[in-house]
Amino acid sequence: MAEKVSGSEALMRSLLAEGVEVIFGYPGGAIMPIYDALYDHRENIHHILTRHEQGAIHAAQGYARVTGKPGVCFATSGPGATNLLTGIADAMIDSTPLVCITGQVASPLLGTDAFQESDIVGMSMPVTKWNYQITNVNEVTEVIAKAFHIASTGRPGPVLIDIAKDVQFAPVEFHYEKCTRIRSYVPTRPLDMAQIDAAADAINKAQKPFMIIGHGVIISKAEKEIIELAEKAGIPVAWTLLGNSILPQEHPLNMGMLGMHGHYAPNIKTNECDLLIAIGMRFDDRVTGRVSSYAKQAKVVHVEIDPSEINKIIHADFPILGDAKKVLGQLLPKIKEAKHDEWIVGFKECYKIEFEKVIKKDLHRNNGKNTMGEVVHRISEATKGKAIIVTDVGQHQMIAARYSGFAQTRSFVTSGGLGTMGFGLPAAVGAQLGKPERTVVTFIGDGGFQMTLQELGTIAQENIPVKIVILNNHFLGMVRQWQELFFEKRYSFTEIKSPDFVALANAYGIKASRVSASSELNGSIDEMLTHKGPYLLEVIVEKEDNVFPMVPSGSSVSEVILEKPDA
Amino acid sequence: MSMKKEFNIIAYTENHIGLLNRITIVFTRRKVNIESLTVSESAIKGVSKFTIVVETTEEQVQKIVQQIEKQVDVLKAFYHPNDELVYQEIALYKVATNDILESDKIENLIRKYNARILEITKEFTVIEKTGHKEETQEFFEELNQFRVLQFIRSGRIAITRLTIERLSEFLKERDKMLSTTN
Repeated sequence: MAEKVSGSEALMRSLLAEGVEVIFGYPGGAIMPIYDALYDHRENIHHILTRHEQGAIHAAQGYARVTGKPGVCFATSGPGATNLLTGIADAMIDSTPLVCITGQVASPLLGTDAFQESDIVGMSMPVTKWNYQITNVNEVTEVIAKAFHIASTGRPGPVLIDIAKDVQFAPVEFHYEKCTRIRSYVPTRPLDMAQIDAAADAINKAQKPFMIIGHGVIISKAEKEIIELAEKAGIPVAWTLLGNSILPQEHPLNMGMLGMHGHYAPNIKTNECDLLIAIGMRFDDRVTGRVSSYAKQAKVVHVEIDPSEINKIIHADFPILGDAKKVLGQLLPKIKEAKHDEWIVGFKECYKIEFEKVIKKDLHRNNGKNTMGEVVHRISEATKGKAIIVTDVGQHQMIAARYSGFAQTRSFVTSGGLGTMGFGLPAAVGAQLGKPERTVVTFIGDGGFQMTLQELGTIAQENIPVKIVILNNHFLGMVRQWQELFFEKRYSFTEIKSPDFVALANAYGIKASRVSASSELNGSIDEMLTHKGPYLLEVIVEKEDNVFPMVPSGSSVSEVILEKPDA
Repeated sequence: MSMKKEFNIIAYTENHIGLLNRITIVFTRRKVNIESLTVSESAIKGVSKFTIVVETTEEQVQKIVQQIEKQVDVLKAFYHPNDELVYQEIALYKVATNDILESDKIENLIRKYNARILEITKEFTVIEKTGHKEETQEFFEELNQFRVLQFIRSGRIAITRLTIERLSEFLKERDKMLSTTN
């Protein structure tokens, strides 16, 4: 007979078997036996005590996004578990692998409205890829193995495992086997070679091909193949918000970001191309604008791992189900070398227009004040595009996406689909723990920062050297921008008063400074980047700047505007 | 835009707790009402078969089926318009036994509608009729002239006209696919 261990110890050993090195969490009554078992493994597993469960899950997301490994978090039952929900929903829509472990009241108490009981399995069902409640200790290892398999394969996503407290105490023989297959779950299918041939033929015949790439490319690690395809067939490439950093900034075929606040050329050219090659992206409404006038003139190739995304928004003439890297591996040899110089010149011309109307104002204001664009641009230059940039949600997010040039992939972490304010600070914590050797800079607005600023406590306790840049315009800027443009400037509850952020950081023992004059910006950035530990830099920026270009909601991508309509 | 009509969604799933909830969420989220739902064990032990009737457009039902199949514990899902299926529902009607004895009208209705009597007590009689909803409904309306005390209709069950149920072959193929792509 093998030695028996507790369900909690079996869980810890299972996590170690899956290579878990970092856990973000917060203890409480119903998960105490698991925390007790964790205590014995504290040398091998780095547990980060966040200040709120929402902080734990966003940190786990940041960790997962920069490492590609599932982020793991612990929370107790009831409020601990429900506080995870926003992050779970965020991870679901942004395809981020997570394994969330929640404590649950003892199984005899289930359904009795016991203290801190909540039906987290029921509540998380619409926002998890899979979830399960363990009420039998013999299931622990098998379920954890399944959780990691499901979270990290196919289109990744969050998994929640709810473990009743009596199971955490109960004895069990430990035996771990990784899960490699589930009968009802097909993460990737054999490639349809006929479709790949047809797509290759369409690419070879296209006069004005345009490639649009997204998060799926990063998930499948297909960056090299994307660049090879673009270069071989002379195809201009644009990226979605989550596809940022796939292409080096300097690459001549990198045409910028798609969508509502993307670059001018990618939006305009979407409705001029003859072949749209979409890879690892899902035609989010922020990318497509009005669907009924999106790329109607073009044939569409859609390379996608999730069958439910095919034809969901945009009809695909050449749907290719599969992992982007595997598909491109088969597609590339069938592609003929080509050039589309004249077509590409059109993109460059659009860029010139955008530069004159937008970029010049964003980056070279020359009025003594700071713009968000200048701050992002100068930090990008100072870090040579090698930093990991994490953002919150709002105007600064779009500016950070537009003006952070990247030298390497998997360097941009943001809440895309769900648009979760409060994501930035905790996600930066996770990103830094995932990539301790890299500089992590997080841009956050004055509004979003105040949603999760308690994580300054986590940063201070763990001495996590993240560089926090608050771009303070004293407004909830993106909502204010919409109020200005579409609600007759009726600024309904968008002015926001903030505490003294520098004093606040100092209260946590975090070094901080504030800069208002543009002449002082470079010095402050240098000081922040050379500082060894965490640093908070508050930059006072123009109060009522707007983010352009903009595809107003309900408009076609070809109706992208570069300035305020009456300006 | 395609027209709304009746579609039957047939899904084969693992027999797991909570899966029914996961499947109904797919409909709720898109604000599509479920007209009828039947779940029970299929020909293969441990595999459940869902028969779900909805009234919607073909475009919407395609997307719903894709979303159902996306659930980890779902093996396979299909959709069919009514004419591709042989389908049936069962209805039970309770009437006062005295009402039957008073004349031969109820007896004639039972004969006419091919219904049958399940149980007779001094107080009441339970009648069963199988058929499409229109048929069980029409019988209800006729019978209700003599007062139906209780009435219940089941969800729909259906069998395809086009192919025989080849779930075990499907499962074998699935096994092969999983072992080649991993």
